[in-house]
Amino acid sequence: MHAFGQILKTETKLYLRDIPTLVLTVLLPTLVLVVLGLIPTLREPNPDFENQSFITYFTPSLLVISLAMVGVNALPTVLATYRERGILRRLATTPASPLALLAAQLVLSLAGILASAVLLAVVARFAFDTPLPQHPLGFAAALILGTAALLALGLLVAAVAPTAKAAQAMAIPVFMVIMFFGGVYLPRVLLPDFLAEIGAYTPPGIQALLDAWTGTAPQPLHLGIMAVIAVAAGAGAAKLFRWE
Amino acid sequence: MAVIEVTNLHKRYGETVAVDDVSFSVTAGEIFGVLGPNGAGKTTTVECVAGLRVPDGGGVSVLGLDPRRDATRLRQLVGVQLQESQLPDRLRVTEALELYASFYRNPADPARLIDELGLGAKRNTPYEKLSGGQKQRLSIALALVGNPKIAILDELTTGLDPQARRDTWGLIERVRDSGVTVVLVTHFMEEAERLCDRLAVIDQGRVVALDSPAGLVSAVAPEQRIRFRPSAPVDDRLLTELPQVTAVTRSGTQVVVTGTGDVLHAVTSVLARNQIIAADLRLEQATLDDAFVELTGHRLND
Repeated sequence: MHAFGQILKTETKLYLRDIPTLVLTVLLPTLVLVVLGLIPTLREPNPDFENQSFITYFTPSLLVISLAMVGVNALPTVLATYRERGILRRLATTPASPLALLAAQLVLSLAGILASAVLLAVVARFAFDTPLPQHPLGFAAALILGTAALLALGLLVAAVAPTAKAAQAMAIPVFMVIMFFGGVYLPRVLLPDFLAEIGAYTPPGIQALLDAWTGTAPQPLHLGIMAVIAVAAGAGAAKLFRWE
Repeated sequence: MAVIEVTNLHKRYGETVAVDDVSFSVTAGEIFGVLGPNGAGKTTTVECVAGLRVPDGGGVSVLGLDPRRDATRLRQLVGVQLQESQLPDRLRVTEALELYASFYRNPADPARLIDELGLGAKRNTPYEKLSGGQKQRLSIALALVGNPKIAILDELTTGLDPQARRDTWGLIERVRDSGVTVVLVTHFMEEAERLCDRLAVIDQGRVVALDSPAGLVSAVAPEQRIRFRPSAPVDDRLLTELPQVTAVTRSGTQVVVTGTGDVLHAVTSVLARNQIIAADLRLEQATLDDAFVELTGHRLND
C-alpha cells in the first residue's frame, strides 16, 4: 500500500508537470465553451435546439472532448511510453507491481475527467446559464459508464501498441470516431438521424449524457451498451497486455 | 559461499537457441563478469537469474531461492539494472529514488545514496536533463536503493564517454567493497579486465571459459615477449640459460626474448650483472582480448 501511495503521488506530480496534456484533458472543453459563448447568437434560445441556446445544447458534447482525450489519447500514450522506455520492465524487477502503476494511471485519468466535467458544468452554469445536470444520478451513471468504456478502449490500445507512436496512430481513428459521433465536430442535430442514432451507442454514449443533463433518466439500453463495451475492451486489454 | 548457482541453463526463443548450456556459480562478495559478444546469450542468462524469464531447462538458484517461485522474496534481495531502461522525462532524481525506496522493506537512505553516487548537485534535476553518465549512475542507485545482497548490472557503461566509464568502474568497486555481490554483464574487454574478480566468457550460448581475468590470459597465452636494444653485445647463451626463457631472436639491433613467469625480472637481472643497459625495453603480454580470440576463434566486438 505504501508503494501504491508513492506511485500515485509520483504519477500525479508527473501529470501536473505535463502542461500541454493537462490543458488538453482538463481545460480544453471549458475553453471551447468560453470561446463559443462569446458569440452572442449562440447564447440565445433557438427552436433548432429545442428552444435551448446552442451553448446549452452543445455543452454535453464538449465533455466528450476530455473523455476522448484522456481515455483514448493520454492514457494509452503514457502506458505505451512506459513500456517502450522499459519503465514497466524495470518496475517488474522490484517488489512493486506494474499493476500498481496501471491502477495509479487509471485513478489519475478518472480524476482528470471528473475535474474537467465539474469545471465545465460550473462555468456553463454561472457564465452561460446552462442548468447543471438535471438528473444527477442518471448523469453520474452515464458519466461513469461512458468513462469506463473509453478507459477500457484506451487500455486495449495500450495493450497492443508496442510504442508510443503506434499507440497514437491507433488512437487517432478511434478518437475521431468518438468525437464525430459525440457531436463535437458537428452538432448532432445537423447529422442525419441514423448517424445521430449511432452516436447513442458509441462510447462515451452522448445520448445518455444529454438525456441526463436535460433531466430525463438515461435509457438502460444506452447505459448497458457502455457497460458491455467497458467489460469487453477491459477483458481484451487484460488478456493482451504485455509489460515489455 | 555461492550466492548464485546456474546449472545447465537452456533457453530458446522459437527456433533460436539463446542460451545453450550455461553453468557457473557466483561467490559472495565478488564482482562476477559475464563477458561475451552481442547476442551471445548474456542478457538472457542474467534475466533468468533475475527471474524475468523462465528457463526452458537447467536450474537457477539465487541465495538458495528459486527466482520464479520465490520471486517476491528475491525482489527484496536482488537489485537489477536493466539494459536500456529509462525513467519518465520529468521525474527528478530525488523523486525517482524516493519512489523506488518505497518498494523495499529496508531501503537505503535516498539522500545519502544520491551523495555517494555524486548526484548531489543534480537532486532536483529532471531525468531528461541528466547526462548519459548521470542517468547511468541514477540507474545504479535505483538498483542499490533496496539495500540488495546482489546487484545485477547489465551493460553498465555502454554509451558513456571514457571518463564517465572510469568513474562508474570506481563506483562499482566501492559497491563490492561495501559487501554487495555484483554480477556485471559486459561486452567491453577493458571493463571486464579492470573490474571483475572472476569471469564467465560466453559465446554462442555456451560458457567457453571461467576464471579470473589474469588466469584466463595465462591459460591461453602464457608467453611474454621482451624487446630491448642492448648497450653492449649480448651473448645469446646468457639469456637462453635462464629457465624462464624459451627463445631468443634478433631483429636488427633489437633483442627479442620470449619466456614465461617472471622472465622480465630474470632477464633484467642478468643484464645488470653484466653491466649491459637495456634501452627501449618493452614488455609485450597477451591481453584478455587475445585470450578471447584464442578461446572462441573470433574477436569480441566484430
